[in-house]
Amino acid sequence: MRDRLIFAGQLLFTLTVAAFLVVPAILSISAGVTVNYFRGISSGVTLQWVFQVWDLYAGTILLSFVIAFATLAVTLLVGVPAAYALHTRGGRWSRIVEEVITLPIAIPGLAIALALILTYGGFGEFRRSWLFILVGHVIFTMPFMVRSVMAVFATVDIKTLDEGAASLGASPARRFLDVIVPNAVPGILAGALMVVTLSLGEFNLTWMLHTPSTKTLPIGLADSYASMRLEVASAYTLIFFIMIIPLLVAMQMFADRGQG
Amino acid sequence: MNVTGEHGASVRVETCGKTFVDGTRALEPATLDIARGETLVLLGPSGCGKTTMLRIIAGLELPDAGGKVLFDGKDMTSVPIEKRNVGMVFQSYALFPNMTVADNIGYGLKIRGVGKHERASRVAELVALTNITGLENRRITQLSGGQRQRVALARAVAIRPGILLLDEPLTALDAALRDRLRGELNRLLRALGITTIYVTHDQAEAMELGDRVVVMQKGVIAQIGTPREIYFEPNSRFVAEFIGAANIIEAPVENGQLLLPGGRQPIGGDANLTAALAMIRPETIGIVAAGSAPLSGTIDSVSFIGDRQRMIIGGASSKFITVDAPNTIKAKAGERVGLLIAPDAVRLLPPGN
Amino acid sequence: MQYGVLTKGTVVFMSHKSFVWLCLLPLAVVTTAFFLLPMARLVVVGAEGPQGLAGYLAILTEPRYRATLINTILLATATTVVTLIIATIAGMFLQRHRFPGRAVLIAMLTFPLAFPGVVVGFLIILLAGRQGLIGDLSNRLFGEKIVFAYSIYGLFLGYLYFSIPRVILTIMAAVQKLDVGLEEAARSLGASPWAVQRDVVLPALGPAFVASGAIAFATAMGAFGTAFTLATNIDVLPMLIYTEFTLAANFATSAALSVGLGFIAWAILALARSFSGGTVAAAG
Repeated sequence: MRDRLIFAGQLLFTLTVAAFLVVPAILSISAGVTVNYFRGISSGVTLQWVFQVWDLYAGTILLSFVIAFATLAVTLLVGVPAAYALHTRGGRWSRIVEEVITLPIAIPGLAIALALILTYGGFGEFRRSWLFILVGHVIFTMPFMVRSVMAVFATVDIKTLDEGAASLGASPARRFLDVIVPNAVPGILAGALMVVTLSLGEFNLTWMLHTPSTKTLPIGLADSYASMRLEVASAYTLIFFIMIIPLLVAMQMFADRGQG
Repeated sequence: MNVTGEHGASVRVETCGKTFVDGTRALEPATLDIARGETLVLLGPSGCGKTTMLRIIAGLELPDAGGKVLFDGKDMTSVPIEKRNVGMVFQSYALFPNMTVADNIGYGLKIRGVGKHERASRVAELVALTNITGLENRRITQLSGGQRQRVALARAVAIRPGILLLDEPLTALDAALRDRLRGELNRLLRALGITTIYVTHDQAEAMELGDRVVVMQKGVIAQIGTPREIYFEPNSRFVAEFIGAANIIEAPVENGQLLLPGGRQPIGGDANLTAALAMIRPETIGIVAAGSAPLSGTIDSVSFIGDRQRMIIGGASSKFITVDAPNTIKAKAGERVGLLIAPDAVRLLPPGN
Repeated sequence: MQYGVLTKGTVVFMSHKSFVWLCLLPLAVVTTAFFLLPMARLVVVGAEGPQGLAGYLAILTEPRYRATLINTILLATATTVVTLIIATIAGMFLQRHRFPGRAVLIAMLTFPLAFPGVVVGFLIILLAGRQGLIGDLSNRLFGEKIVFAYSIYGLFLGYLYFSIPRVILTIMAAVQKLDVGLEEAARSLGASPWAVQRDVVLPALGPAFVASGAIAFATAMGAFGTAFTLATNIDVLPMLIYTEFTLAANFATSAALSVGLGFIAWAILALARSFSGGTVAAAG
């Protein structure tokens, strides 16, 4: 009897916490498709806000995707070989390098953005282009890609496969393409999902680095929260949810598969 | 496919030692000559340096300064493994999970630029040789341990290497499978006739597969010899105990006889000897009636193994003596028996280890 | 027939060592140019203010800054403690019981996982702002509209919102790895359920608490988006840095404060890592 009470109590607690997390999100979604939030759902369901958001912010949303995929491209090209090098070299130096590239996660985005502005703010063209934001995103997401790939290397014993291919005569570059990369694919995919998701949702860095002509989706969101009516802001948030939640679900599925 | 004769390169390892970055001395400078076509087994407990020696020959490790590795007289010390044309079978097999069995076996050929058709026929040749017909299109993860072992071997041999290197290829398998594959491996190696260097900690494997065996201990070569030499004429206590069972007896000597609690045992050797460290193999001791031998003792226990009986005898020497007696003898624990040992079955060892 | 040693097709044979260095080169260039150099510059600028290097101590000596620092630390601590308690109760419950709808419940608790602070701020406004749900309900029930989104309590709620999903996942993973045998042994020795929790389970979860707690703390210390959305006058360090930089153009001060904030966050995570011996990361 006591166990059932405890169970019920814990269930209620958990439901309350879940409600705390879910209810505002539902409110936001419903507000985005309601004619008038204050009159509630009785005022009618409409997509007019969503269309209005698209009119206002289509360019911003597009730029977010461009930056996200550009970030992905850079982290792939730079991060995957680096993960291989760090895993192969091992030892103290590779741990230090890992530490250093993981610092951007510990250090608040604000600080990194400030640092970038103080150093490169003078290069007008660069400063005003979306490449400036790209740089920030790359620095921030790189450790996720590198660590994800390194984690796979550890489980697959990539070192022995490397030696095996070498014993058959393959040059280092050849081995990298034929054996190393194909066997790192799960880590690369998990890392890619993470990089894209993080880039799409990044605000702290991007707010400082952006200019009126290089706005990303989260920047637009902040704009709309500050200056647009509730329904428009909610519709924009709804669009963001639609973009980001499938990615999060995919990441979770990947993580589950990795453990199972 | 039956190929006889010796093939491959001769190998000379000249004063090769290895000290790792963290200071561990894995291998003391050692010199080895391996004849073409010979199967040499590096045998020893874990940490003895046998795998390090193999990796130096392979080109995966560089020997310490002064060490040289020569294939057919040519200095290969600074040549990386990719260029040494060796075939290597790793302990964990190192099969590529992203390729099928056939692609794995053909990988070395692909690197060498061998055409698709020739590659396919060579792969088929090896699949037949290693008895894995039907598995060509399977993924590595779908194979059993024994099947993976054969794929690893096929892949190493496909490129017609000058030297075959095997790093504990049977260790990852369970005991029953290991015994069966050992015989198959032996037949295959004989058929191929390539210079082979085989690393193992299992002395049964070493004895069955090796033309010569190199027994190693703590980074040093303890003894090199044929299986017979190693077994009957071990030159140290360590080798004697590592290969097969051995009774090691330390006792004073008088008039060419060991003085033991249970009597005397005639031995060969120097007339001036006053003490000896002797090794006697269990199967060389005969169980006879108590008075019929100069040495006697009391049976402590009898274990019926099947093809023989293992008897533990107390009272003959300061420690228990193990005897492998025929399975037909009727003897019970508590009985007093005589131990009949021919003098030249007693091998004298140098003092120490 | 000999396939022979490779001589064709390998025009440039690079040694393995060189190849490894080549693989590391792009990362080295990118990290040095766009992270190490800027951070160094930041540290230098931080010391260029009127007080010079002493400007770095301003975070502790200047009363205004100190108040902000203490405020931020208190908020981060409160967030961490409350999140850990909530996540442990809910996480243990979810990991140890199977019932219909469990997967849905877990999804509800973890879906905000990577939400940016801005969005969380907005959701808090919807919940507790001027037209928020709570205000609405309280108005109907008590006749008084409760609005707290734009205060430190709103911020606290926001921090809880993005911390809970992350910490719950970590706790659930840790609970899964617990050895049930230990609890059974304790029970066989007569321990009550509460004693089992206190003496066996919670100590075993210690490393997970330290790791996820450190992440939650560091994230809360450096969170900017949430505070930005809720109001620009909540007194936390990131907002202070922002206003100093953009509104007051105090480069030196904001740089020094940033370095200080970054250092504190990094130190917390490094400390946690040395206790729990794993890789620990914060985001957002």
